Amino acid sequence: MNTPVVLITGALTGIGRATALAFAQDGARIVVSGRHDDEGQRLVGELGKLGAEAEFVRSDVRHEDDVRNLVDKTVARFGRLDVAVNNAGTEGKPGPVTEQSAESYAATFDTNVLGTLLSMKHELRVMLAQGSGSIINVSSTFGHAGGAGASVYVASKHAVEGLTKSAALEAAGSGVRVNAVAPGPIDTGMLNRFTGSDERKAGLIAGVPLKRVGKPEEIAESIVFLSSERASFITGATIAVDGGKTAL
Amino acid sequence: MSKKLEGKIALITGGSRGIGAAIAKRLAADGANVAITYTKGAEAAASVVKEIERAGRKAIAIQADATDAGAVEAAVEKTVASFGRLDVLVNNAGTAIPKTFEETTLEEMDRVIDINVRGVFIATQAALKHMKNGGRIIMIGSSVGERVLVPGLVPYSATKGAVKMFTQGLSREVGSRGITVNNIQPGPIDTDLNPAAGEWAVPQKAATALDRYGRVDEVAALVAFVAGPESSYITGANLTVDGGMNA
Repeated sequence: MNTPVVLITGALTGIGRATALAFAQDGARIVVSGRHDDEGQRLVGELGKLGAEAEFVRSDVRHEDDVRNLVDKTVARFGRLDVAVNNAGTEGKPGPVTEQSAESYAATFDTNVLGTLLSMKHELRVMLAQGSGSIINVSSTFGHAGGAGASVYVASKHAVEGLTKSAALEAAGSGVRVNAVAPGPIDTGMLNRFTGSDERKAGLIAGVPLKRVGKPEEIAESIVFLSSERASFITGATIAVDGGKTAL
Repeated sequence: MSKKLEGKIALITGGSRGIGAAIAKRLAADGANVAITYTKGAEAAASVVKEIERAGRKAIAIQADATDAGAVEAAVEKTVASFGRLDVLVNNAGTAIPKTFEETTLEEMDRVIDINVRGVFIATQAALKHMKNGGRIIMIGSSVGERVLVPGLVPYSATKGAVKMFTQGLSREVGSRGITVNNIQPGPIDTDLNPAAGEWAVPQKAATALDRYGRVDEVAALVAFVAGPESSYITGANLTVDGGMNA
């Protein structure tokens, strides 16, 4: 298909934004979603300048009504849904296990796990009926490795990889592929909030074989690859894009 | 589409047929000039070269048995002598001798180890002497290097598990030079070595989520992605292209 219809959650910043720009350069029709109208409209303007047909739909992936509406609006505007990038995520409140609470758990899991589940539920509703589609969930290095001080985030991203594999098995017979990308430390606002100081950021980089943080664009390229027909025999897989951090 | 491998030189071991030939053609289509090695298939290798030349790229075929250390090193040197550099090594040469483990002879085990592991070590060491920042070492491992769902591939699985750990270990040594090391893990792919119509095919097909064998071009597409500039932050990774077999 020449102009795939692409839906991206958490599209306003970091990896989501870079992904929207990468698809726009490839000439996609794009629905970007997030929680802030002003930034959403600005992004739509940028995507339009790149030649993409784009629309912003405000939605919070923690609420099923929002997610249902997001998918329905995408189909109403463009008639189908070819690619869904479930990128909305939060680092929550990093800290030791002993300081976690039902609230800090819910604040992370509601976005990262429930949000991914609800997104796939409604995306698959369209894709299974269509008999085609590609879903890419955004996991993390922490989706398959532990991290001190990040237990809840780690657990939530492990869940994302489990959801990815299971959904892939369920959807495989219907022509829909489901995969994940697992970014390592990427130069985004989330990484800065996670590390807190330049010193800790430098310590993190020391543990990366390529000795640098990644760029959001480097994640976007893997997402675009997985979404395309070039990845037609790839499903249920997680592509680590982490400078070798986990070498899993 | 712009040529993502324009100006790059790639060496593909075992490039005369099957997955290797598909990789050679795909990397050439993406702009690379390529060298391929072969053991016995001189004619098949020549036809891969011809096809690439017809498409406007340069190619050479070098006779080098993966079990012959001197020949493998010489193939790397000849690639560099012919093209002036080496940017991408695809360790594709491999073999499987499907039968139950207890029926497998020592000679057969040695052969699988020599080609799938020792040959990879030798080619990689020789290639690293010439690789600069941006270099790519790419293994063709296997989905059974990680998880085995069917009988008959015991020594083969063991060697592909070794390839996986070789990838991870090496990525840590050469990362600071800007060289990435990755392992492509195909599931069942329709080739002479593992035909979709063969007696070992039924359980393999059934173990995939997509319920089919993959095509060689579907593996080549992932190799091309990893060989190209878009994968610049991917290293030490095991990337499956297995129709969901290991999901």
